[in-house]
Amino acid sequence: MFGYPGGAIMPIYDALFDYTNQIQHILVRHEQGGIHAAQGYARTSGRVGVVFATSGPGATNLVTGLADAQIDSTPVVCITGQVFAHLLGTDAFQETDVINITAPVTKWNYQVTDASEIAETLAKAFYIAASGRPGPVLVDITKNAQLQKVPYAGYQKCRHIRSYRPAPFVRSEYIEAAARLINEAERPYVIFGQGVILGNAEQELQAFLEKSGIPAAWTVLGLSALPTDHPLNMGMLGMHGNYGPNVLTNECDVLIAIGMRFDDRVTGRLDKYAKQAKVIHLDIDPAEVDKNVKATVPVWGNCKDTLPLLTSKVQPRSHTAWVQRFKDFKQKETEKVIEPEMKPAGDVLSMAEVIQSLNEITKGDAVIVTDVGQHQMVACRYARFNQSRSNVTSGGLGTMGFALPAAIGAKYGAPNRQVVAIIGDGGFQMTLQELGTIMQFGAVVKIIILNNNFLGMVRQWQQLFHDHRYSSVDIQSPDFVMLAKAYGINGQRVNDRANLNSAMAVMLESSASYLLEVMVGKENNVFPMVPQGRGVAEIVLSADEV
Amino acid sequence: MTKKEYTITVYTENHIGLLNRIAIIFSRRKINIESLNTSPSEIEGIHRFTILIHETEEVVKKLARQIEKQVEVLKAYYNNNDEIIWQEMALYKVPTDIIAEKAKVERLLREYGARAVVIRKDYTVFETTGHREETDRLITALEPLGLIEFVRTARIAIIKASSGFHDKLKEFEATEPGEEIVENEYLSKQDEVFAM
Repeated sequence: MFGYPGGAIMPIYDALFDYTNQIQHILVRHEQGGIHAAQGYARTSGRVGVVFATSGPGATNLVTGLADAQIDSTPVVCITGQVFAHLLGTDAFQETDVINITAPVTKWNYQVTDASEIAETLAKAFYIAASGRPGPVLVDITKNAQLQKVPYAGYQKCRHIRSYRPAPFVRSEYIEAAARLINEAERPYVIFGQGVILGNAEQELQAFLEKSGIPAAWTVLGLSALPTDHPLNMGMLGMHGNYGPNVLTNECDVLIAIGMRFDDRVTGRLDKYAKQAKVIHLDIDPAEVDKNVKATVPVWGNCKDTLPLLTSKVQPRSHTAWVQRFKDFKQKETEKVIEPEMKPAGDVLSMAEVIQSLNEITKGDAVIVTDVGQHQMVACRYARFNQSRSNVTSGGLGTMGFALPAAIGAKYGAPNRQVVAIIGDGGFQMTLQELGTIMQFGAVVKIIILNNNFLGMVRQWQQLFHDHRYSSVDIQSPDFVMLAKAYGINGQRVNDRANLNSAMAVMLESSASYLLEVMVGKENNVFPMVPQGRGVAEIVLSADEV
Repeated sequence: MTKKEYTITVYTENHIGLLNRIAIIFSRRKINIESLNTSPSEIEGIHRFTILIHETEEVVKKLARQIEKQVEVLKAYYNNNDEIIWQEMALYKVPTDIIAEKAKVERLLREYGARAVVIRKDYTVFETTGHREETDRLITALEPLGLIEFVRTARIAIIKASSGFHDKLKEFEATEPGEEIVENEYLSKQDEVFAM
């Protein structure tokens, strides 16, 4: 668990002192770092991440992480201290109304004012956080309840709350209707999201795709659910996704959406999105069906349950000509975007070649944690993945500063795996204090800073849509390598292509944490791009087309 | 789709903070709540929210789904005005002397189905129940007579087609999800939906 002590949570930390041998508490440097670490842990391990914070500022510092976990469906339990119950509402020292502040960004929250409620509330908290569509839960415990002594009846796992339905009833009629549409389809197309990972349904997805022969593309959060090399993996959806997966969304006849929520970054303009297609939407959350895109056939339920039912009813087929169309688009994208990115003409390094260098050594086995911005899109586009739960990023909220603390948590969640954080020069400066957490507790995290001396994504937009008016994007950085040294972390800076691969190897082979700063092209852009306000088929491959 | 009045009926557990969680589902989308009432329901311990909003059906449906997603919410229904029986209550405080002199009180009371709750020397309080137009009409009648105070309750509504929540609750109490919990409009309107 991750956390930071303070006045109103001291009795809990006092109790923790007796369990030092059984419970590892990672003292972070800021509560936001604590919750992002808990998120990283949850994303790689599939278990619930836990974070402790004190009342007032401790609790409000969790809000960004809660919002992030809420929109990305990450199971996290936050336990916050609160002032004595008799002081509630008196503007007491470090009192804040954390229950109301966090109501919009938690799946559930509850304030405990009596110790007799603690065991049951925590059991409920973990059940709610992890079940159904997962999400963050916050339990606020007043100091009097922490100090109060009550007879303890033991911990009983919560398995049922009468007002809460984690998963809807699966109806066979829909499965049949969906299978019928798929079997009649000429150009069926699967788009999948994190629901596949959260439902542990990677095998079920693969079985469905392989039997039906349907090409598939992924959202940023669905990335790594299907290995990069899988013959039916067509690439990434959305604003900076691949060419074919976007364009062909508007040419398929049946669109099968699995565990994804038709985010605006995926769909572009909704009135120009897949209008020709019949839509089958598999989701565990009934509120997602018809929210953004109307479903012809909704399949409510965990895709772990619904996919095998669907697989059993679809005919074995191969859609060779249709898959070939994706490949043709890929060919064009490779010529116009990917090749020039991977092998830039000049001396200036590109982000893509750094990712490629990483791929060549890790072969797709690493956990990759990204922050938000250009480097994130480039990493998602080019990083290779062999196994699920390997891509950790802030997708929905787009939280700069997410990657460093999330990578620390990701390492605790997957201690035997290589964890690489890829971060921009801007985002790194938002939570760099967590280098102190690495220094103190020794989580082995490899950090790549892709430094373009700009807030790159904002600059790209200013270039393309605001007439080159670079307003407040020219950000200066400290000497990151020296900074890491101050925290006892080795590192080096790479300016030249000639040193990239060897520096990458040194970083990956290091048995301790390591920071690699790579200086990349200052004004490089991420393409393809679906400009805001346009349809997915209007994706452009270069700035000239915008 | 045009906006019209919808009444959302929500069955919930009695949980502190749930009112806020439900309210922010509307305010986040900048949707005004016309009226909101919380009350006991036909089942002890289960609360019933009645929320009146002016919106399109598509938006109302999404709102109901978001409300139902809250952990302490058992069920959210939405109905148009043809599908419910509803009432609002209103109180009117008027100066007794003017009323006694100028108004044909008896006719007023008969016409609007009102009754006097309190009659004092200085003021009289009338009460009436009915639809918004009816309670509004009495305001119009009383305004020239020096209406001192007016207040109206939120709408409360009974769903015509509902057979109550007792059977539903049994299903919620069962550990395994049953078919009835999530009504499926696609199933009942299958012909429309699948005939694209």
